[in-house]
Amino acid sequence: MGSTAHHGAEGVGRRDLIKRSAALGLVAVPGMGLMSACASGGDSGNSDGGDTKGKTSKDNPFGAKKGSKLDVVVFKGGYGDDYAKAWEADFGKKLGITSTHTGTQEITGKLQPRFNAGNPPDIVDDSGAQQIKVDVLYKNGQLLDLAEVLDAPSVDDPAKKVRDTLIPGTLDPGMQEGKVVALNYIYTVWGLWYSGKLFKEKGWEEPKTWDDFLAVCKDAKSQGIGGLAHQGKYPYYINVAIMDLIAKKGGLDAMKAIDNLDPKAFVGSDAAQAAVEAVYEVVEKGYLMPGTNGLTHTESQTRWNQYKAAFITCGSWLENEQLKQTPTDFDMKFLPMPVLSGSKLPFEAIRAGSGEPFIIPAKAGNLPAAKEFMRRMLSKEWSTLFAKQANSLTILKDGVDPGVQLRPGTQSTVEASKAAGDNTFRYLYTEWYSEMGTAIEAASNELMAKRIQPKEWLKRCQAAVDKQAKDPASKKNHRD
Amino acid sequence: MRKGQYRFVAGFLFVPVALYVIFVIWPYIQTFGYSLTDWKGQSQTFDFVGLDNYRALFQDDVFLKAIWHNILFLVFIPVITILLALFFAFMLNVGGRSRAGGVQGVAGSKFYKIVYFFPQVLSLAILAVLFNAVYRSDGGGLLNGFLIKIGLVDADSPVEWLNEPSMVLWALMLVVVWHGVGFYLVLFSAAMQSVPRDIYEAALIDGAGRTQSFLRITLPLLWDSVQTAWVYLGIVAMDMFVLVSSMTQNMGAYGGGPDHHSDVMSTVMMRNFLYYGKSGYACAMGVVMLLLTLILSVVTLRATRRERIEF
Repeated sequence: MGSTAHHGAEGVGRRDLIKRSAALGLVAVPGMGLMSACASGGDSGNSDGGDTKGKTSKDNPFGAKKGSKLDVVVFKGGYGDDYAKAWEADFGKKLGITSTHTGTQEITGKLQPRFNAGNPPDIVDDSGAQQIKVDVLYKNGQLLDLAEVLDAPSVDDPAKKVRDTLIPGTLDPGMQEGKVVALNYIYTVWGLWYSGKLFKEKGWEEPKTWDDFLAVCKDAKSQGIGGLAHQGKYPYYINVAIMDLIAKKGGLDAMKAIDNLDPKAFVGSDAAQAAVEAVYEVVEKGYLMPGTNGLTHTESQTRWNQYKAAFITCGSWLENEQLKQTPTDFDMKFLPMPVLSGSKLPFEAIRAGSGEPFIIPAKAGNLPAAKEFMRRMLSKEWSTLFAKQANSLTILKDGVDPGVQLRPGTQSTVEASKAAGDNTFRYLYTEWYSEMGTAIEAASNELMAKRIQPKEWLKRCQAAVDKQAKDPASKKNHRD
Repeated sequence: MRKGQYRFVAGFLFVPVALYVIFVIWPYIQTFGYSLTDWKGQSQTFDFVGLDNYRALFQDDVFLKAIWHNILFLVFIPVITILLALFFAFMLNVGGRSRAGGVQGVAGSKFYKIVYFFPQVLSLAILAVLFNAVYRSDGGGLLNGFLIKIGLVDADSPVEWLNEPSMVLWALMLVVVWHGVGFYLVLFSAAMQSVPRDIYEAALIDGAGRTQSFLRITLPLLWDSVQTAWVYLGIVAMDMFVLVSSMTQNMGAYGGGPDHHSDVMSTVMMRNFLYYGKSGYACAMGVVMLLLTLILSVVTLRATRRERIEF
């Protein structure tokens, strides 16, 4: 390299290079035109109403055409993708539509080029760490408004609309600017988890108040067991605890204040202050499982399975995720977040809602079949298929045949949901504002590591909210 | 040149240049184009916003912090790696005790050479898994387990290596250096072996010690290799994407934590590109990265330019 540095021709070469790069700069401007040309050429994949439209009938309200093809892409994560294969087989049998199945973790890598080129799949389970964020897809005009599917007659009872057979509120997280564009199919509850066996052994009671919770943590610590474990490498999880406490203490108004970017969502909110101080007390008193702040989800959940901590924060996918690591007599149990004194919501209230967004791309090649597929997902038959294959509940009301035996953790979530009744809540800011969510997670990470105090945490979260509120696009999201 | 020869040569040159233009230059130009838009990444509809993205970039604390982290890597990774590699290469090749009439490496140098090269055959992903186990933040981690055993660290408060703002960058740097030293050791060894032994022997006769023969003979004669190593390591330091995104605390996506203390330009760019859906903005970051890398290469090549010594 250096050995040619004194070569006579080198100087000329450099000057040439500069001239050429200037020329390249000129090319860049018409290049822009070329790119937009690509953009307008990208619609060729859309053939809605073309050769994929068959006859409509009572059993087939969208006119899915026999012999056409359906392109299904499914996130193959904690729930696997066997359930989708079972659906596709049934779809093929009943409607004569064959599916191409893709089970993958790389949703973004596989689909971003296809969305950009205008030939997306027909139906997608857009989940996992590499999901394409729904707000991002929506802003790009890539999502079909699912109202048509939801207003279609239900498979099980044609007198009812599909939307009336679902657990109330489960469609909300899939809303963007008032339209349902993602069907969050799996019914999830969030909160704390413990081992029934460990609790029986130690004689601990299920804590209903925060003071009782701290008492269990204290006793655990004195016996060399961590109190609370969380999946520190992903601060998302500790936010389950903090945000649940805020919602329970301050009621739904405190939650909506955050989602609606209220200027007093954090600073000036008594609920937020009480909640973050309560969680910080756990940190200060040393009740965290040692090292939990830096562990990944699998590392810390496995530690908890080894009885190294009394509690862990998580959603109800936990049981399926830890199937292999959980000892057979572990007796996994769900616990609603214990309440602070003077809380507006009762102990039984839980963060519950739907997850695992299924979407239909607006430019899908076989729209009628995709809509029919989604309609059938919300039938009792397919919902039971799912519960059997993936150990989880769906958003369909009473969607599982009573004959299906559930695992202990899942069973305890069913009971908790029943006890909660209408007392459920669900934050939406994580779906609406990725950047603000990240800022809050970053602050929580600092709080758990004792690098900032609750006061500073409140300030940082408020700053994130205020910053988001300045974005004109966020005016369109609002919940009442 | 004979007639027709130019055409022959041009024919061979055209294909690689065309490939280079299509797969390297054209994407650069596209990136620049997108950086002037508010492209959101999942469709081809966007508006032209001029230099807004670049203006926003210089007020983005996270990105500015990330540039500093890259610069820190840029300063320390090449220096530490090259010094260690040079030292080991010298010891392996000419550092041994001089017996009568010979210049040779320390005892067992062939064995060491192979051992030092081991880390280089591991891919970055494996490296990340390996060092995640080393740095694991509870007693199950290699470092913590060891320190707890010998009583330096309390089992109730293990060191969270990758969750400490003051340590995370150094922890990452150690991985890169550990990975790189073996390769550059072999590179420098090869260069050293082409240095005629009689030069060393002459120096020995004149009474030069190890240090002197290293500074006066080895280093000047290896300058070309060192320069190459510097540029390569500089490029590694400007990247760091794989290690940061798979080892550090998660800041939404692609690591970068705690509190953006380990974010580098590439992780901030990817987070904006995919996770936040601010793809046009991310393209502006890409352009800035390109410019910084270009400046870096030019400066490095200029600054290290020396007279070539023929031997």
